[in-house]
Amino acid sequence: MIEVKNISKSFAGNAVLKNITTEFYPGKVNFIIGRSGSGKSVLTKCIVGLMEVDEGEIFFDKRNFTILDRWDRKDIRQEMGMLFQGSALFSSLTVEENILFPLQMFSTMSKSEMLDRVNVCLKRVNLEGKNKLYPSELSGGMQKRTGIARAIALNPRYLFCDEPNSGLDPQTAIVIDNLIREITYEFNSTTIVISHDMNSVLETGDHINFIYQGELSWRGNKHEILDTENDALNNFVFPSKFMQQIREKLRG
Amino acid sequence: MSSLYFNIGKYFLLMVNTFTKPEKRKIYWKLIIQEIDKIGLQSLGIVALLSLFMGAVVTLQTAANIDSGWIPRWTIGYTTRQTMILEFSSTIVCLILSGKVGGNIASEIGTMRITEQIDAMEIMGINSASYLILPKIVAALFIFPFMVILSMFIGISAGAFVGYTAGVTSLNDYEYGLQYSFELWQVSYSLIKTFFFSFIITSVSSYHGYYTYGGPREVGASSTRAVVYSMVLILITNYVLTQLLLL
Repeated sequence: MIEVKNISKSFAGNAVLKNITTEFYPGKVNFIIGRSGSGKSVLTKCIVGLMEVDEGEIFFDKRNFTILDRWDRKDIRQEMGMLFQGSALFSSLTVEENILFPLQMFSTMSKSEMLDRVNVCLKRVNLEGKNKLYPSELSGGMQKRTGIARAIALNPRYLFCDEPNSGLDPQTAIVIDNLIREITYEFNSTTIVISHDMNSVLETGDHINFIYQGELSWRGNKHEILDTENDALNNFVFPSKFMQQIREKLRG
Repeated sequence: MSSLYFNIGKYFLLMVNTFTKPEKRKIYWKLIIQEIDKIGLQSLGIVALLSLFMGAVVTLQTAANIDSGWIPRWTIGYTTRQTMILEFSSTIVCLILSGKVGGNIASEIGTMRITEQIDAMEIMGINSASYLILPKIVAALFIFPFMVILSMFIGISAGAFVGYTAGVTSLNDYEYGLQYSFELWQVSYSLIKTFFFSFIITSVSSYHGYYTYGGPREVGASSTRAVVYSMVLILITNYVLTQLLLL
């Protein structure tokens, strides 16, 4: 479980995160949603340690991440996997080398064991046989799946996905959503997904955090979101007449 | 002025991170070999071309300026040797390499920064500064001195060839000039300078690439800044080292 306690973050006097406290549960797909500029990406970057918080604490299974220095954070970081919005695959490496990368750096496996692990990961994301292709030779969806394969190479306890569906067609987006959900349940990982895609949120949101103007405005699950009285959340999730009609049907 | 101090501090902090213990030495050795090829061997062509014409032109210009019968013809070989060894092969070649290699390093690391590849490394628990920058610095420190020695050899040989074919000096005179009052220390001085220049080119360019934020335009700007700052620092260091080592 990841616990976030009273964290705040400002840039040049402009408060981006204001006293946020929440939990992200293992074996569940935890969403962080909110409008552009609401602070959800900053919150995620603070959780993974790419940014330092001004105040507050972050715990990874009771381990206080905020008080650790760079070297002591290494152990926790090796338990993290992250899928980036733009996939962030190493462009000079092949698909196989990208997935091998964390294994070579941190595992004590032999070369053949590492290659076996790569093939397991590729099979898991339905990319068998694509080992020797470079990221530039892959479609957007395939790049995302390679990113997932790299993220799960070391069996992460914590999986972070930054807008996993951005730039993908609806069908591919569903494939990626299902993959993230299956992997979360399979590895019992604490998965945090930042998303704008309401289809993903309503389909796979086991636990949802809505950030509004830097504050945690609402918490709940995909069923509770239908009955919320939070105006900001309703305007965000059901902005159009069409979406409001869908909500009424779902409620019914 | 405060921005200058801020950047100097940030540069030294990056260097501290760069020179911390590598995660897996075996992987770093492999990276160093790759960098030796990328920033060293792939620059051999431009270094050879530059040295060839520098040596040839220095020889012709010296010959053209000797119009007094009191100045012996072996002065041509002597001047070409001194110019190539003391200044051109180290300083000019490194200035050119700061454009080619430095610009390349800054744009490569800058692109990795804006496409979140560096963030991906950090999240995996990898010291990205050490992984990306250390192999480049070590590779340059190793290979640049060899390239400078090669430049000296090509420049002086080109001078002999051009001087002889243009009829401005005989090979015997040129050879006498090359050997006249030669001190091995002059080559060492040039190599010491190259050592400093190699570090400046790779570390300054890496610094500018590593702290690139924004998009492709910013990568271009970082690349330009890397080349300009490297060149200015090379010129200043050249002056300081010459003062310290030769006088």
